[in-house]
Amino acid sequence: MPHRGMPTVRSIGAKAIDNVLRLGYAARFIGLTLAHSGTSFARPGLIVRELYYTGVLSMIIILVSGLFVGMVLGLQGYQTLTTYGSESALGVLVALSLVRELGPVVSALLFASRAGSAMTAEIGLMKATEQLSAMEMMAVDPIARVVAPRFWAGVISMPLLAAMFSAMGIFGGYIVGVVLIGVDEGSFWSQMQSAVDVREDIVNGVIKSFVFGVAITWISLFEGYDAPPTAEGVSGATTRTVVTSSLAVLALDFILTSFMFSGA
Amino acid sequence: MGRSMLDLWVGIFVVAGIAALVILAFKVGNMSNFGGGDTYEINANFDNIGGLKPRAAIKSAGVVVGRVKSITFNNERFTAKVTMAIESGYKFPKDTTASILTAGLLGEQYIGLEGGGDDKMLKTGDSIRLTQSAVVLEKLISQFLFDKAAEGGTQKP
Repeated sequence: MPHRGMPTVRSIGAKAIDNVLRLGYAARFIGLTLAHSGTSFARPGLIVRELYYTGVLSMIIILVSGLFVGMVLGLQGYQTLTTYGSESALGVLVALSLVRELGPVVSALLFASRAGSAMTAEIGLMKATEQLSAMEMMAVDPIARVVAPRFWAGVISMPLLAAMFSAMGIFGGYIVGVVLIGVDEGSFWSQMQSAVDVREDIVNGVIKSFVFGVAITWISLFEGYDAPPTAEGVSGATTRTVVTSSLAVLALDFILTSFMFSGA
Repeated sequence: MGRSMLDLWVGIFVVAGIAALVILAFKVGNMSNFGGGDTYEINANFDNIGGLKPRAAIKSAGVVVGRVKSITFNNERFTAKVTMAIESGYKFPKDTTASILTAGLLGEQYIGLEGGGDDKMLKTGDSIRLTQSAVVLEKLISQFLFDKAAEGGTQKP
Protein backbone atom coordinates (compact mmCIF):
# COMPACT_ATOMS: atom_id res chain seq x y z
CA MET A 1 0.00 0.00 0.00
CA PRO A 2 1.69 3.20 -1.11
CA HIS A 3 -0.51 5.55 0.96
CA ARG A 4 -0.31 3.73 4.29
CA GLY A 5 1.42 6.56 6.12
CA MET A 6 -1.41 9.09 6.32
CA PRO A 7 -4.73 7.41 7.15
CA THR A 8 -6.12 10.47 9.00
CA VAL A 9 -5.59 12.89 6.16
CA ARG A 10 -6.98 10.38 3.72
CA SER A 11 -10.12 9.85 5.77
CA ILE A 12 -10.72 13.60 6.03
CA GLY A 13 -10.47 13.89 2.27
CA ALA A 14 -12.78 10.92 1.78
CA LYS A 15 -15.35 12.46 4.16
CA ALA A 16 -15.23 15.78 2.33
CA ILE A 17 -15.73 14.16 -1.07
CA ASP A 18 -18.53 12.04 0.38
CA ASN A 19 -20.33 15.11 1.73
CA VAL A 20 -20.06 16.99 -1.54
CA LEU A 21 -21.41 13.94 -3.35
CA ARG A 22 -24.35 13.73 -0.93
CA LEU A 23 -25.06 17.43 -1.42
CA GLY A 24 -25.21 16.96 -5.17
CA TYR A 25 -27.46 13.93 -4.74
CA ALA A 26 -29.71 15.99 -2.42
CA ALA A 27 -29.97 18.77 -5.01
CA ARG A 28 -30.87 16.24 -7.70
CA PHE A 29 -33.40 14.72 -5.27
CA ILE A 30 -35.27 17.99 -4.68
CA GLY A 31 -35.24 18.66 -8.42
CA LEU A 32 -36.80 15.25 -9.06
CA THR A 33 -39.36 15.84 -6.31
CA LEU A 34 -40.45 19.16 -7.81
CA ALA A 35 -40.55 17.67 -11.31
CA HIS A 36 -42.76 14.77 -10.16
CA SER A 37 -45.16 16.90 -8.12
CA GLY A 38 -47.83 16.80 -10.82
CA THR A 39 -49.28 13.51 -9.54
CA SER A 40 -49.83 14.84 -6.03
CA PHE A 41 -51.68 17.91 -7.29
CA ALA A 42 -53.79 15.78 -9.62
CA ARG A 43 -54.67 13.58 -6.62
CA PRO A 44 -55.03 15.99 -3.66
CA GLY A 45 -56.12 13.07 -1.48
CA LEU A 46 -52.46 12.08 -1.24
CA ILE A 47 -51.50 15.49 0.17
CA VAL A 48 -54.49 15.55 2.53
CA ARG A 49 -53.44 12.21 4.02
CA GLU A 50 -49.92 13.52 4.64
CA LEU A 51 -51.25 16.84 5.97
CA TYR A 52 -52.98 14.81 8.65
CA TYR A 53 -49.73 13.15 9.73
CA THR A 54 -47.45 16.20 9.51
CA GLY A 55 -49.85 19.04 10.32
CA VAL A 56 -52.77 17.84 12.41
CA LEU A 57 -50.69 15.59 14.66
CA SER A 58 -48.15 18.41 15.26
CA MET A 59 -50.91 20.84 16.19
CA ILE A 60 -51.17 19.89 19.88
CA ILE A 61 -47.45 20.22 20.64
CA ILE A 62 -47.28 23.52 18.70
CA LEU A 63 -50.30 25.03 20.48
CA VAL A 64 -49.21 23.95 23.97
CA SER A 65 -45.60 25.07 23.58
CA GLY A 66 -46.74 28.34 21.97
CA LEU A 67 -48.92 29.04 24.98
CA PHE A 68 -46.10 28.37 27.43
CA VAL A 69 -43.49 30.33 25.46
CA GLY A 70 -45.87 33.29 25.38
CA MET A 71 -46.53 33.02 29.11
CA VAL A 72 -42.79 32.95 29.88
CA LEU A 73 -42.26 35.96 27.61
CA GLY A 74 -45.02 37.78 29.47
CA LEU A 75 -43.45 37.07 32.85
CA GLN A 76 -39.86 37.81 31.87
CA GLY A 77 -40.80 40.85 29.81
CA TYR A 78 -42.78 42.29 32.68
CA GLN A 79 -39.88 41.78 35.11
CA THR A 80 -37.50 43.65 32.80
CA LEU A 81 -39.83 46.37 31.56
CA THR A 82 -41.12 47.26 35.00
CA THR A 83 -37.62 48.40 36.05
CA TYR A 84 -37.93 51.09 33.37
CA GLY A 85 -41.53 51.84 34.21
CA SER A 86 -42.66 50.90 30.73
CA GLU A 87 -44.65 47.72 31.37
CA SER A 88 -47.33 49.04 29.00
CA ALA A 89 -44.95 48.06 26.18
CA LEU A 90 -45.32 44.40 27.20
CA GLY A 91 -47.66 43.73 24.29
CA VAL A 92 -45.11 45.07 21.82
CA LEU A 93 -42.34 42.93 23.28
CA VAL A 94 -44.39 39.72 23.29
CA ALA A 95 -45.87 40.26 19.82
CA LEU A 96 -42.69 41.32 18.04
CA SER A 97 -40.48 38.60 19.51
CA LEU A 98 -43.07 35.94 18.66
CA VAL A 99 -44.02 37.11 15.18
CA ARG A 100 -40.49 37.89 14.04
CA GLU A 101 -38.37 35.18 15.63
CA LEU A 102 -39.75 32.75 18.16
CA GLY A 103 -42.89 31.76 16.25
CA PRO A 104 -41.16 30.64 13.05
CA VAL A 105 -37.99 29.29 14.71
CA VAL A 106 -39.35 27.38 17.69
CA SER A 107 -42.22 25.89 15.71
CA ALA A 108 -39.73 24.86 13.01
CA LEU A 109 -37.53 23.13 15.61
CA LEU A 110 -40.57 21.35 17.05
CA PHE A 111 -41.76 20.47 13.54
CA ALA A 112 -38.35 18.99 12.70
CA SER A 113 -38.37 16.73 15.73
CA ARG A 114 -42.08 15.88 15.61
CA ALA A 115 -42.84 15.49 11.90
CA GLY A 116 -39.44 15.50 10.18
CA SER A 117 -38.07 12.54 12.14
CA ALA A 118 -41.27 10.57 11.51
CA MET A 119 -40.98 11.23 7.77
CA THR A 120 -37.36 10.04 7.70
CA ALA A 121 -38.14 6.91 9.71
CA GLU A 122 -41.15 6.06 7.54
CA ILE A 123 -39.36 6.44 4.22
CA GLY A 124 -36.20 4.78 5.54
CA LEU A 125 -38.23 1.79 6.72
CA MET A 126 -40.09 1.66 3.40
CA LYS A 127 -36.71 1.44 1.74
CA ALA A 128 -35.37 -1.15 4.21
CA THR A 129 -38.42 -3.39 3.73
CA GLU A 130 -38.09 -2.94 -0.06
CA GLN A 131 -41.49 -1.31 -0.45
CA LEU A 132 -39.95 1.38 -2.63
CA SER A 133 -38.35 -1.21 -4.93
CA ALA A 134 -41.68 -3.04 -5.08
CA MET A 135 -43.37 0.17 -6.24
CA GLU A 136 -40.77 0.60 -8.96
CA MET A 137 -41.42 -3.00 -10.05
CA MET A 138 -45.10 -2.10 -10.46
CA ALA A 139 -44.12 0.94 -12.54
CA VAL A 140 -45.18 3.34 -9.76
CA ASP A 141 -42.66 6.13 -9.28
CA PRO A 142 -41.88 6.22 -5.53
CA ILE A 143 -40.81 9.88 -5.78
CA ALA A 144 -44.15 10.91 -7.23
CA ARG A 145 -46.24 8.61 -5.03
CA VAL A 146 -44.40 8.74 -1.66
CA VAL A 147 -41.97 11.67 -1.56
CA ALA A 148 -43.71 14.55 -3.35
CA PRO A 149 -47.00 14.48 -1.34
CA ARG A 150 -45.02 14.51 1.91
CA PHE A 151 -42.92 17.43 0.65
CA TRP A 152 -45.92 19.57 -0.21
CA ALA A 153 -47.74 18.64 2.99
CA GLY A 154 -44.73 19.80 5.01
CA VAL A 155 -44.38 23.02 3.03
CA ILE A 156 -48.09 23.83 3.45
CA SER A 157 -48.37 22.97 7.13
CA MET A 158 -45.24 24.77 8.40
CA PRO A 159 -46.46 28.40 7.91
CA LEU A 160 -49.87 27.48 9.33
CA LEU A 161 -48.26 25.90 12.39
CA ALA A 162 -45.97 28.92 12.91
CA ALA A 163 -48.96 31.29 12.71
CA MET A 164 -50.81 29.17 15.29
CA PHE A 165 -47.73 29.22 17.53
CA SER A 166 -47.48 33.03 17.37
CA ALA A 167 -51.20 33.58 17.94
CA MET A 168 -51.22 31.16 20.86
CA GLY A 169 -48.08 32.76 22.31
CA ILE A 170 -49.62 36.24 22.19
CA PHE A 171 -52.67 34.82 23.93
CA GLY A 172 -50.37 33.34 26.60
CA GLY A 173 -48.63 36.70 27.03
CA TYR A 174 -52.05 38.33 27.34
CA ILE A 175 -53.11 35.86 30.04
CA VAL A 176 -49.99 36.42 32.14
CA GLY A 177 -49.59 40.16 31.48
CA VAL A 178 -53.15 41.43 31.54
CA VAL A 179 -55.20 38.82 33.40
CA LEU A 180 -52.72 37.71 36.06
CA ILE A 181 -50.35 40.67 36.55
CA GLY A 182 -52.75 43.45 35.63
CA VAL A 183 -51.06 45.43 32.86
CA ASP A 184 -53.58 47.83 31.33
CA GLU A 185 -55.49 45.95 28.63
CA GLY A 186 -55.97 48.96 26.36
CA SER A 187 -52.31 49.90 26.18
CA PHE A 188 -51.33 46.21 25.80
CA TRP A 189 -53.29 45.89 22.55
CA SER A 190 -53.02 49.43 21.17
CA GLN A 191 -49.23 49.68 21.60
CA MET A 192 -48.94 46.24 20.01
CA GLN A 193 -51.07 47.29 17.07
CA SER A 194 -49.17 50.49 16.45
CA ALA A 195 -45.78 48.74 16.62
CA VAL A 196 -46.46 45.55 14.62
CA ASP A 197 -46.50 46.13 10.89
CA VAL A 198 -48.41 43.66 8.75
CA ARG A 199 -45.97 43.60 5.84
CA GLU A 200 -42.71 44.17 7.72
CA ASP A 201 -43.31 41.82 10.62
CA ILE A 202 -46.11 39.36 9.97
CA VAL A 203 -45.50 38.68 6.27
CA ASN A 204 -41.75 38.36 6.91
CA GLY A 205 -42.49 35.83 9.66
CA VAL A 206 -44.65 33.82 7.25
CA ILE A 207 -41.88 33.91 4.61
CA LYS A 208 -39.42 32.67 7.22
CA SER A 209 -41.61 29.74 8.22
CA PHE A 210 -42.19 28.85 4.56
CA VAL A 211 -38.42 28.70 3.97
CA PHE A 212 -37.98 26.60 7.11
CA GLY A 213 -40.73 24.27 5.92
CA VAL A 214 -38.96 23.70 2.60
CA ALA A 215 -35.61 23.11 4.34
CA ILE A 216 -36.93 20.70 6.98
CA THR A 217 -39.02 18.55 4.65
CA TRP A 218 -36.24 18.46 2.08
CA ILE A 219 -33.70 17.29 4.67
CA SER A 220 -36.06 14.74 6.26
CA LEU A 221 -37.17 13.21 2.97
CA PHE A 222 -33.64 13.07 1.60
CA GLU A 223 -32.23 11.47 4.75
CA GLY A 224 -34.98 8.84 4.64
CA TYR A 225 -34.55 8.15 0.94
CA ASP A 226 -30.77 7.99 1.27
CA ALA A 227 -30.71 5.91 4.49
CA PRO A 228 -28.81 2.60 4.44
CA PRO A 229 -31.52 -0.10 4.36
CA THR A 230 -30.75 -1.48 7.80
CA ALA A 231 -32.19 -0.88 11.28
CA GLU A 232 -29.00 0.98 12.24
CA GLY A 233 -29.05 3.02 9.05
CA VAL A 234 -32.63 4.18 9.62
CA SER A 235 -31.98 5.17 13.24
CA GLY A 236 -28.84 7.07 12.21
CA ALA A 237 -30.74 8.86 9.45
CA THR A 238 -33.49 9.88 11.88
CA THR A 239 -30.93 11.37 14.26
CA ARG A 240 -29.20 13.19 11.40
CA THR A 241 -32.53 14.63 10.26
CA VAL A 242 -33.19 16.29 13.61
CA VAL A 243 -29.62 17.57 14.01
CA THR A 244 -29.17 18.81 10.45
CA SER A 245 -32.56 20.45 10.12
CA SER A 246 -32.25 22.19 13.50
CA LEU A 247 -28.88 23.62 12.49
CA ALA A 248 -30.21 24.55 9.05
CA VAL A 249 -33.18 26.36 10.61
CA LEU A 250 -30.97 28.38 12.94
CA ALA A 251 -28.46 29.28 10.23
CA LEU A 252 -31.20 30.19 7.73
CA ASP A 253 -32.88 32.28 10.40
CA PHE A 254 -29.76 34.36 10.83
CA ILE A 255 -29.43 34.89 7.07
CA LEU A 256 -33.10 35.76 6.61
CA THR A 257 -33.14 38.10 9.61
CA SER A 258 -30.10 40.00 8.37
CA PHE A 259 -31.86 40.49 5.01
CA MET A 260 -35.30 41.36 6.39
CA PHE A 261 -34.70 43.47 9.47
CA SER A 262 -31.33 45.10 8.92
CA GLY A 263 -32.70 48.21 7.22
CA ALA A 264 -34.81 49.36 10.14
CA MET B 1 -59.39 6.12 10.47
CA GLY B 2 -61.95 6.71 7.73
CA ARG B 3 -61.41 8.98 4.80
CA SER B 4 -64.04 11.50 5.92
CA MET B 5 -62.54 11.81 9.43
CA LEU B 6 -59.16 12.47 7.83
CA ASP B 7 -60.62 15.21 5.65
CA LEU B 8 -62.42 16.69 8.64
CA TRP B 9 -59.27 16.93 10.75
CA VAL B 10 -57.19 18.36 7.93
CA GLY B 11 -59.97 20.88 7.30
CA ILE B 12 -59.94 21.88 10.96
CA PHE B 13 -56.15 22.22 10.81
CA VAL B 14 -56.17 24.45 7.73
CA VAL B 15 -59.01 26.59 9.07
CA ALA B 16 -57.21 27.01 12.42
CA GLY B 17 -54.00 28.00 10.64
CA ILE B 18 -55.72 30.58 8.46
CA ALA B 19 -57.66 31.87 11.46
CA ALA B 20 -54.36 32.34 13.30
CA LEU B 21 -52.99 34.33 10.34
CA VAL B 22 -56.12 36.50 10.26
CA ILE B 23 -55.86 37.12 14.01
CA LEU B 24 -52.22 38.11 13.60
CA ALA B 25 -53.07 40.50 10.76
CA PHE B 26 -56.06 42.21 12.36
CA LYS B 27 -55.72 41.92 16.13
CA VAL B 28 -51.92 42.07 16.45
CA GLY B 29 -50.99 44.04 13.34
CA ASN B 30 -52.56 47.32 12.39
CA MET B 31 -54.40 46.31 9.24
CA SER B 32 -57.79 47.07 10.78
CA ASN B 33 -57.17 50.67 11.80
CA PHE B 34 -55.16 51.65 8.74
CA GLY B 35 -55.63 51.11 5.05
CA GLY B 36 -59.40 51.06 5.08
CA GLY B 37 -60.82 54.57 5.20
CA ASP B 38 -60.32 57.42 2.74
CA THR B 39 -57.62 59.95 3.50
CA TYR B 40 -56.52 63.34 2.20
CA GLU B 41 -52.94 64.56 2.15
CA ILE B 42 -51.53 67.77 3.54
CA ASN B 43 -47.94 68.94 3.82
CA ALA B 44 -45.97 70.68 6.50
CA ASN B 45 -42.40 72.02 6.54
CA PHE B 46 -40.39 71.57 9.71
CA ASP B 47 -36.96 72.99 10.52
CA ASN B 48 -36.09 69.79 12.35
CA ILE B 49 -38.12 66.60 12.59
CA GLY B 50 -35.93 64.92 15.22
CA GLY B 51 -36.67 61.19 15.19
CA LEU B 52 -40.01 61.29 13.36
CA LYS B 53 -40.54 58.29 11.08
CA PRO B 54 -42.98 57.43 8.30
CA ARG B 55 -46.18 55.80 9.64
CA ALA B 56 -45.89 57.79 12.88
CA ALA B 57 -49.22 58.83 14.35
CA ILE B 58 -50.85 62.24 13.83
CA LYS B 59 -52.90 63.22 16.82
CA SER B 60 -55.23 66.05 17.60
CA ALA B 61 -56.40 66.44 21.18
CA GLY B 62 -54.88 62.99 21.77
CA VAL B 63 -57.01 61.26 19.11
CA VAL B 64 -55.22 59.57 16.22
CA VAL B 65 -56.49 61.30 13.06
CA GLY B 66 -53.95 60.04 10.53
CA ARG B 67 -50.42 58.86 9.84
CA VAL B 68 -47.22 60.32 8.40
CA LYS B 69 -47.01 59.21 4.79
CA SER B 70 -43.55 60.31 3.76
CA ILE B 71 -40.70 62.54 4.86
CA THR B 72 -38.49 64.25 2.25
CA PHE B 73 -35.93 67.03 2.30
CA ASN B 74 -37.01 70.30 0.72
CA ASN B 75 -33.89 71.49 -1.04
CA GLU B 76 -35.17 75.02 -1.68
CA ARG B 77 -36.01 75.96 1.87
CA PHE B 78 -33.64 73.50 3.58
CA THR B 79 -36.43 72.10 5.68
CA ALA B 80 -38.02 68.69 6.09
CA LYS B 81 -41.23 68.25 4.13
CA VAL B 82 -43.63 65.90 5.89
CA THR B 83 -46.64 64.55 3.98
CA MET B 84 -49.50 63.53 6.24
CA ALA B 85 -52.48 61.35 5.38
CA ILE B 86 -55.46 62.53 7.41
CA GLU B 87 -58.68 60.53 7.54
CA SER B 88 -61.35 62.27 5.48
CA GLY B 89 -63.76 62.39 8.40
CA TYR B 90 -61.56 64.92 10.21
CA LYS B 91 -61.37 68.52 8.96
CA PHE B 92 -58.87 71.13 10.13
CA PRO B 93 -58.93 74.91 9.57
CA LYS B 94 -56.27 76.66 7.43
CA ASP B 95 -54.43 78.13 10.40
CA THR B 96 -53.83 74.81 12.14
CA THR B 97 -50.55 74.47 14.02
CA ALA B 98 -48.50 71.29 13.58
CA SER B 99 -45.88 70.44 16.16
CA ILE B 100 -43.68 67.39 16.64
CA LEU B 101 -44.21 65.99 20.10
CA THR B 102 -42.82 63.06 22.04
CA ALA B 103 -44.89 60.46 23.86
CA GLY B 104 -43.33 60.39 27.30
CA LEU B 105 -39.77 61.52 27.92
CA LEU B 106 -38.10 59.03 25.57
CA GLY B 107 -41.10 57.62 23.72
CA GLU B 108 -41.79 57.69 20.01
CA GLN B 109 -42.47 60.98 18.25
CA TYR B 110 -45.76 61.99 16.68
CA ILE B 111 -47.29 65.10 15.12
CA GLY B 112 -49.80 67.05 17.13
CA LEU B 113 -52.34 69.24 15.29
CA GLU B 114 -54.07 72.15 16.98
CA GLY B 115 -56.95 73.76 15.15
CA GLY B 116 -57.19 77.54 14.78
CA GLY B 117 -60.12 79.81 14.12
CA ASP B 118 -60.12 80.08 10.30
CA ASP B 119 -63.38 79.12 8.63
CA LYS B 120 -61.66 77.67 5.55
CA MET B 121 -60.59 74.04 5.84
CA LEU B 122 -57.37 72.35 4.64
CA LYS B 123 -57.71 70.37 1.40
CA THR B 124 -55.50 67.82 -0.37
CA GLY B 125 -52.14 69.37 -1.30
CA ASP B 126 -52.43 72.28 1.12
CA SER B 127 -49.58 73.16 3.44
CA ILE B 128 -49.68 73.94 7.12
CA ARG B 129 -47.80 77.21 7.62
CA LEU B 130 -47.46 77.25 11.39
CA THR B 131 -45.11 74.50 12.48
CA GLN B 132 -43.06 73.79 15.53
CA SER B 133 -39.97 71.59 15.26
CA ALA B 134 -39.05 68.65 17.39
CA VAL B 135 -37.29 69.32 20.64
CA VAL B 136 -33.77 67.95 20.32
CA LEU B 137 -32.64 66.99 23.77
CA GLU B 138 -28.93 67.55 23.11
CA LYS B 139 -29.59 71.11 21.86
CA LEU B 140 -31.75 71.86 24.87
CA ILE B 141 -29.10 70.65 27.30
CA SER B 142 -26.24 72.47 25.57
CA GLN B 143 -28.32 75.65 25.44
CA PHE B 144 -29.06 75.31 29.15
CA LEU B 145 -25.38 74.79 29.99
CA PHE B 146 -24.39 77.73 27.76
CA ASP B 147 -26.91 80.00 29.44
CA LYS B 148 -25.71 78.94 32.87
CA ALA B 149 -22.10 79.64 31.91
CA ALA B 150 -23.03 83.05 30.48
CA GLU B 151 -24.99 83.88 33.64
CA GLY B 152 -22.03 82.89 35.82
CA GLY B 153 -19.71 85.08 33.71
CA THR B 154 -21.85 88.23 34.00
CA GLN B 155 -22.75 87.89 37.68
CA LYS B 156 -19.22 87.53 39.00
CA PRO B 157 -17.71 91.01 38.48
